[in-house]
Amino acid sequence: MIVDIKGLDVGYLRHRRVQPAVAGLDLTVAPAEVVAIVGESGSGKTTTANAIIGLLPANGRITAGSAVVDGIETAGANERTLRRLRGSVVGLIPQDPMVGLNPTKRVGAQIAEAVRLRGGSPDEVFEHLAEAGVPDPELRARQYPHELSGGLRQRVLIAIALAGKPKLIIADEPTSALDVTVQKRILDHLGGLVREQGISLLIITHDLAVAADRADRIVVMQNGRKIEEGDPATILGTPRETYTRRLIAAVPRLAPRFDVRDQKPPEPILTLTDVSKTFAVSDLRRGARGFNALDKVSVTVPRGQTHALVGESGCGKTTTLRIALGLETATSGSVKLDGDEIVGRSWNRLRPLRRKAQLVHQDPFATLDPKFTIAQSITEPLVSFRIGNRRTRLERARELLDQVALPASYLDRLPSELSGGQRQRVAIARALALRPDLIMLDEPVSALDVLVQEQILQLLADLQAALGLSYLFVSHDLGVVAELAHTVSVMSHGRVVEQGPVAEVFTDPKSAYTRELIDAIPGRRVADAV
Amino acid sequence: MSTAVADVVVEDALPADEPGGRRANLAANLVQLARKPVFLLAGLYVLFVVVSAFRPKLFTAQDPYETHPEAAAQAPGVHHLFGTDIYGRDLWTRVLYGSPLTIKATLIALAIALVAGLGLGIVAGFFGGIVDAVLMRGIDVLLAIPGLLLALSIVTALGYGTVPVAVAVGVAIVPGFARTTRAEVLRVKTLPYVEAARAGGASWGRVLLRHILPNSWGPVAVLAVLDAGVAIIAIASLSFLGFGAAPPAAEWGTLIADGRNYLVTAWWLSLLPGLFVALLVLGLNHISKTLQELTR
Amino acid sequence: MTRYIVGRVIQAVAVLWAAFTLTFAILYLLPSDPMELQLAAAGVQEDSLTPDQLAAMKQRFGLDQSIWAQYWHHLTGVLHGDFGTSLSQQVPVSDLITARIGGTLTLSVSAALLSLVAGSTLAYLATFARWNPLRVFLTRVPALGASFPQFFVALFLIQFFSFQLGWFPATGNQGGKSLVMPVVTISVLTSSVLAQVLIKSFDETLSQPYIATARAKGLSRSAVHLKHAFRNAALPAMTILGVLVGLTVTSSIVVETVFTREGVGKLAQESVLSQDVPVVLAVVTVAAAMFVLVNLIVDLLYPLLDPRISHTRGRVRPAPEVVTAT
Repeated sequence: MIVDIKGLDVGYLRHRRVQPAVAGLDLTVAPAEVVAIVGESGSGKTTTANAIIGLLPANGRITAGSAVVDGIETAGANERTLRRLRGSVVGLIPQDPMVGLNPTKRVGAQIAEAVRLRGGSPDEVFEHLAEAGVPDPELRARQYPHELSGGLRQRVLIAIALAGKPKLIIADEPTSALDVTVQKRILDHLGGLVREQGISLLIITHDLAVAADRADRIVVMQNGRKIEEGDPATILGTPRETYTRRLIAAVPRLAPRFDVRDQKPPEPILTLTDVSKTFAVSDLRRGARGFNALDKVSVTVPRGQTHALVGESGCGKTTTLRIALGLETATSGSVKLDGDEIVGRSWNRLRPLRRKAQLVHQDPFATLDPKFTIAQSITEPLVSFRIGNRRTRLERARELLDQVALPASYLDRLPSELSGGQRQRVAIARALALRPDLIMLDEPVSALDVLVQEQILQLLADLQAALGLSYLFVSHDLGVVAELAHTVSVMSHGRVVEQGPVAEVFTDPKSAYTRELIDAIPGRRVADAV
Repeated sequence: MSTAVADVVVEDALPADEPGGRRANLAANLVQLARKPVFLLAGLYVLFVVVSAFRPKLFTAQDPYETHPEAAAQAPGVHHLFGTDIYGRDLWTRVLYGSPLTIKATLIALAIALVAGLGLGIVAGFFGGIVDAVLMRGIDVLLAIPGLLLALSIVTALGYGTVPVAVAVGVAIVPGFARTTRAEVLRVKTLPYVEAARAGGASWGRVLLRHILPNSWGPVAVLAVLDAGVAIIAIASLSFLGFGAAPPAAEWGTLIADGRNYLVTAWWLSLLPGLFVALLVLGLNHISKTLQELTR
Repeated sequence: MTRYIVGRVIQAVAVLWAAFTLTFAILYLLPSDPMELQLAAAGVQEDSLTPDQLAAMKQRFGLDQSIWAQYWHHLTGVLHGDFGTSLSQQVPVSDLITARIGGTLTLSVSAALLSLVAGSTLAYLATFARWNPLRVFLTRVPALGASFPQFFVALFLIQFFSFQLGWFPATGNQGGKSLVMPVVTISVLTSSVLAQVLIKSFDETLSQPYIATARAKGLSRSAVHLKHAFRNAALPAMTILGVLVGLTVTSSIVVETVFTREGVGKLAQESVLSQDVPVVLAVVTVAAAMFVLVNLIVDLLYPLLDPRISHTRGRVRPAPEVVTAT
């Protein structure tokens, strides 16, 4: 066994008390085995990984049990012992490649450090870069991290992990920071490498689909405990725990919920025609990103239905949404909201139209003013439009909280006392306050855990049915789109590459790009098993 | 070293049956502060000095100007906490009676810095663009003249005394306030909740007053406490250099400067008032640090 | 790159000019009666003069000209290194300054160097220490250093090291020994300021994910601290070097006064006391020039030290993702 953990308890010291993060964990990883730990945030999966590589934060404590890595006990081991494990026995591929490399050191030098620690020769740097799939290793080695794309940085991090010639590589959330298509290529490559070289791989992920596709064995964790373990077929086929079953149910199937192929589309509530946007070159903040401009985007949101904008980061989907909301101005083209043109309107002339369209933002932690109580946040649009008096507004707030299934006792709460999912519910309640016809949803569930995602999506669908709302829904996640949208526009580099009913686009994609997006979605094994 | 990937995303909210909201939040913060003994000590000391500035009689029964030649240059003891000066005046009393001048000067300086700094920072951060560019270049220029020298030029022009010194010090700390306020306003301005308020139909005025200002205030307040200490040092330094109030009124700086000549024979004349000032600044410094940790 | 350098230099000159203009405005526009101010500096009572004498004086000080003419006169003078004549000492201001600037520069530069060493060492140790009480203590030390007024530190040093121990002379600028206490006095403040900034920067850097990457390679704590954290933490702190040098210059006012050292600082104190306006203007201008110069040097060095900032051609864009056959 490379890793042999028995009865491991890990906790974090906070305010002189140890808060448990992992409890009574047993875990083994055999040589050349691929194991995946699946769990939501707070499940203790990352803590487990950090314990294995001896990189617990300063306040992290192993309070009981043993964790033997390659024959060496790491629980209670001193720094010197742990250091001998790091790199040469256990390699780490950190979560976010954009910030995982030292910005002021050349890429080659960062790999060379790992090579040197093992006593290798400097030339091996290029070998490892090539192994990790980096083209032009000699050139790349001389570059700084900021000169490389996210995908290349991820590959450099893989090269660093490989450079120590480890027996085990830990990949921490390898699918969360990069676009799906890029990630798929990199994970395929990494999978091939470890099998070729007989390295064990421990994947830490929140995504059961990723785990199922790539692991020999899956460990499901919840609240610091291992609740289920087995090979993917068993876990998917005959899960013992309800929690696991819920996780499996939450895996997106790309099975469209709505099929509007043969229906006559209702009247549009929002129409974007040939909308283009060029950012001035002098605008360094956005211009530097370059590809954010839009090129003749036309999108229609049918009344009472959901239209999704889907694409990878930088494809222009969020810019489209912001233009539709009047928060950004289009360079050319027309945006008609319920028959009224909004392009070229001043803020004051646009203001009455705001009552018709509202926004729900991506980040639940920043979307509510931390100084506002929930009641204040929800009633703010009413105050802005001078609707009702104190009493009727409070009454409305109560009603709205009820609609998003939160208890009325939350009215006096501050956002910091709410979970991410609850905050997103409050944000939805606020968007509903003015009884709008259209709600713009900017990645409303991408920052939430899968099970919470499910609940919010269900809430959105229920609200649509009950109130006849229309949604313009921006997402990078095709699975989520399939669950909520009627029609979809697939965007790439500021253009719409494909458009139509979800049921048609997802089952029979016309463009190569859409096909690539769909192929990159993990979860084939899940789909097969169910 | 606090490296490694954190495993804590707060998904567990406060349970629905537990009291929450603003009052509970405030109470929790106060309890947290009350548990810090050093903070309490610092707070009490600062409070004591401020109260003594307005009511020095509460803490001493003696007269700051009455001379007692028979009790000249006595070392600190039970009767004279800080000893006596060469005229036999009680030094503790003189220090306490020196508080009003320095504290008032500090408050004037802070008021100037807050009003001008906040104003400039808000205008620059909120309007952005060319207004911001022009104002910030202006601040750059102010920063290019080292603070004390800027203060000295103002004192040269306005003459000596408590008020000119206060004005001079106030102007010298304006740039820091303007920069901090601007940075905060810029940060808050782009946050999603400001956008959400705008999308909800809120006017810019409302957004500024209800969202941007309350959320920018924290770091500015922390800086204000810290700068109160800086202002006290600067004011004491200026009066030490001889630009403060005219004798026999004695600001702290003047007391220390006078005591300088008797350092060999009566060290307490300089060093005890100096320590008194240093502790005050240290106290303000600590309060500012604690508040900063709390607001984070 | 040349465009960047030229731009920075022009900006520096503009700031310096604006600083001069601002100081001029404060000194010549703010006083209600500049004549009285300058006569007082020259030791003459305004009332005791006949109208003719007054007019002659006005002409001597250039006060008979319009404010613009006076400003132009001063500005062109400064460009030629001529700061006018001291009112109280009747000698060219530039002579006064050149005679003293050497001593002050020695003081400032030594203090700046000492605080660089002391400040970074303290910050390094405070962030490297693993024993928590020591860590907390070291982190709090700079706040202590920044809280003590410099005249207090100076007087304390004099009392202890001159009068009690007799190690160093209490006053004067004779020899290296007399330099020690003034330099230490200034450094207590400046190294504390630097250490505070560095500690904050270190803490931020150490929580960056790339530090975890470096540790996961198997590097020792000290190697991670020195090779990965130090440079990234020190880069943002470089921007306060200008402020630091500015502080050493202003500190020289108090320090030179307390230790009775001849220097620009003491000159500043004396000329404010005697309201010698041209000297004050000159000292402020020289100090601003030093500040601007240091900032310019930092600005020019920064791109060389931080690879992320390249001023060659716009911004560096990430290379496009390359698809590789695997």
